[in-house]
Amino acid sequence: MVYRGSEGMWAWVAHRCAGVAVLLFVFVHVADTALIGWGPKYYNLFVKLYSGPAFRLFEIFLAAALLFHALNGVRIMIIDFWEGGTDIQKPLFYGVMALFLVVFIPGAYIMLSPIVRSMLGG
Amino acid sequence: MRLRTRPASGGFELYAWFFMRVSGILLILLALGHFGYMHLLNGVEKIDYEFVARQYRTPFWKTYDLLLLSLALVHGANGARTLIDDYIHARGWRALFLAALYTASFFFLVVGALVIVTFQRVR
Repeated sequence: MVYRGSEGMWAWVAHRCAGVAVLLFVFVHVADTALIGWGPKYYNLFVKLYSGPAFRLFEIFLAAALLFHALNGVRIMIIDFWEGGTDIQKPLFYGVMALFLVVFIPGAYIMLSPIVRSMLGG
Repeated sequence: MRLRTRPASGGFELYAWFFMRVSGILLILLALGHFGYMHLLNGVEKIDYEFVARQYRTPFWKTYDLLLLSLALVHGANGARTLIDDYIHARGWRALFLAALYTASFFFLVVGALVIVTFQRVR
């Protein structure tokens, strides 16, 4: 089986990168949520930052990382637990990418539309 | 040729391998559920102190968040441990990175759990 440089390797590399990105965000997210312990003032100030345009791009990136990691995780489990999984790991990768786009594009539209509307002054 | 991805050594590594798959399934539901509920059904601009306080009135969301927090951190920490084992070969650096990873993961697990469990609404 040729793995190096093909779909399986890129899925593997992307899975690792996305995993690290999500873990680092979980650390940050625990820290920002900890602000609720000090009452509404600081927490609301910080969440307002999160809804700004710069963080909306970050939000899109997080969504992509999380969604890819989840879908490719299912691909990994199919390969691991189902006899014929390894033989179809490439089609499974294209399935992951197709499902990714089907979920990600409408999701990104929902997340970005309020910020686009506010930038257009609506 | 069939790939054998399951650790052949058994013991801890086999349990860790199995844990990643079980927690992975749960995290697909919990993490994507959390993201979808917060970012798609509600949206970041709707989330504020009142929003969280309303959620934390019910034990359901506290339990949900506790489960998500602990599974995400243990799953993430074990994944990062695999990366450190793969890429950092010098013994001293590896020990340092592992120590930093375990400290950070434990710290955020404790802080996160305390934030959820001890939450008291302030007006």
